Amino acid sequence: MSKLITFYKSSIGKKILMSLTGLFLCTFLMEHFVGNLLLFKEDGGRAYEAYTEFLLGNPVIRFVEIFLLVGFVLHIFLGVVVWWKNRTSRSHNYVEFRLKDNTPLASRITIWTGSFVFIFLVIHLNSFFVPSRITDTKVPLYDLVAQAFQSPLYDGFYILALILLGYHLKHGFQSGFQTLGLLNKKYSTLVELFGMIFWLIIPLGFACMPLYFLLIHKLGPSAMTIGVN
Amino acid sequence: MNITLKVWRQRNPNDTGRLVTYEAKNVSTHMSFLEMLDVVNNDLVKKGEDPIAFDHDCREGICGSCGLMINGRAHGPGRGIATCQLHMRGFKDGEVIVVEPWRANAFPIIKDLVVDRTAFERIMQAGGYTSAKTGGVPDGNAVLVPKPVAEDAMDAASCIGCGACVAACPNSSAMLFVAAKVSQLALLPQGKAERTQRVLAMVDQMDKEGFGNCSNNYACEAECPKEIKVTHIARMNREYLRANLVEK
Repeated sequence: MSKLITFYKSSIGKKILMSLTGLFLCTFLMEHFVGNLLLFKEDGGRAYEAYTEFLLGNPVIRFVEIFLLVGFVLHIFLGVVVWWKNRTSRSHNYVEFRLKDNTPLASRITIWTGSFVFIFLVIHLNSFFVPSRITDTKVPLYDLVAQAFQSPLYDGFYILALILLGYHLKHGFQSGFQTLGLLNKKYSTLVELFGMIFWLIIPLGFACMPLYFLLIHKLGPSAMTIGVN
Repeated sequence: MNITLKVWRQRNPNDTGRLVTYEAKNVSTHMSFLEMLDVVNNDLVKKGEDPIAFDHDCREGICGSCGLMINGRAHGPGRGIATCQLHMRGFKDGEVIVVEPWRANAFPIIKDLVVDRTAFERIMQAGGYTSAKTGGVPDGNAVLVPKPVAEDAMDAASCIGCGACVAACPNSSAMLFVAAKVSQLALLPQGKAERTQRVLAMVDQMDKEGFGNCSNNYACEAECPKEIKVTHIARMNREYLRANLVEK
């Protein structure tokens, strides 16, 4: 036990935990994205509803949800702890510091992109998770999504959050592999290409969802009757 | 060429310090940056003022003594060079140059541009060595080391411990320095025996010294005068993970 505490207390230990939780959250993002592609199916949301019912009724998924919550909490907590330690390790700043000459933008703003994504996450859960799982409004989730995405303001916020998520993962994904010691000359191109799925393709695909409901999809009669959270 | 220098002057560790402007006239483009500072110091001495304190020794990029933040870049503009290898031809006539010391809580300022880098020494004392008695020079083929491994270890061994990685890092992290030392020894047969204790002890000491965490933005690699690669950091992370799994 004491060894685990020593590992956690060390700088590399914290970073390894951040990498593991971050990459675990990436697998969730992939699952969430693939499942939500059903929103594009023009069948009045039947396939999507069947998918959400399958998730709700599946004990394995409910069990994994606990790990997902732990993953989120640990990743955010460690992110803040590491950021604070880094901030306070140089009390006196340089008068001139040309960090941007040597480093990509995504690597310098990870804490801020992460913080914005966290705010988005809270609003996102309040829009869809709370009404469908906690207050149990009995409104089909598909209609809830279709209705929420009718607001250009909400869509704009959603797309901005996805752009920032893309930036977060552009740095975070390869950074996770580096921290786990899995990045070297042989695999770095592969990790970079694989990372594009997470920082480019998935956020792009997610961004198409509000645009689809705003510009293409026509609201069904049931979705017309519900309010937006 | 004429140069305007804005140099960090700080009388002692407790002084607040400030930037002081100096005009360097008729600077030769063939001078190294440190020679230019020597000339400025000569003028200051003649005027009865305190010369600017800065670290230097070999002046050929191998001792790791010099290290200045020049215009916001560790060791100034240019890649793969220490401050002593920087020449005035890299600057424009009339340019304003800001000169600051390395800044990190683990590197407290002693005076002006001189910082205390003994934190690196303590990290080395924690495990940056092999304790095996190696005896005399072994036969050339007695201990076989594949060429790519030897090259990789040699690249890591070229670290001169100047501290530019810490200075250039937004988090004042010493990971590139420690990784170079861990990597160099972990790659070679003589160093492998103590690899577990070494990485644990060196990382522990690095954390105790108050360096920040690595956030993988690789500013260290870009500013390292010996162009040490961040793949060594990946190796140290691997070594650390391995050490935690196999440690008895």
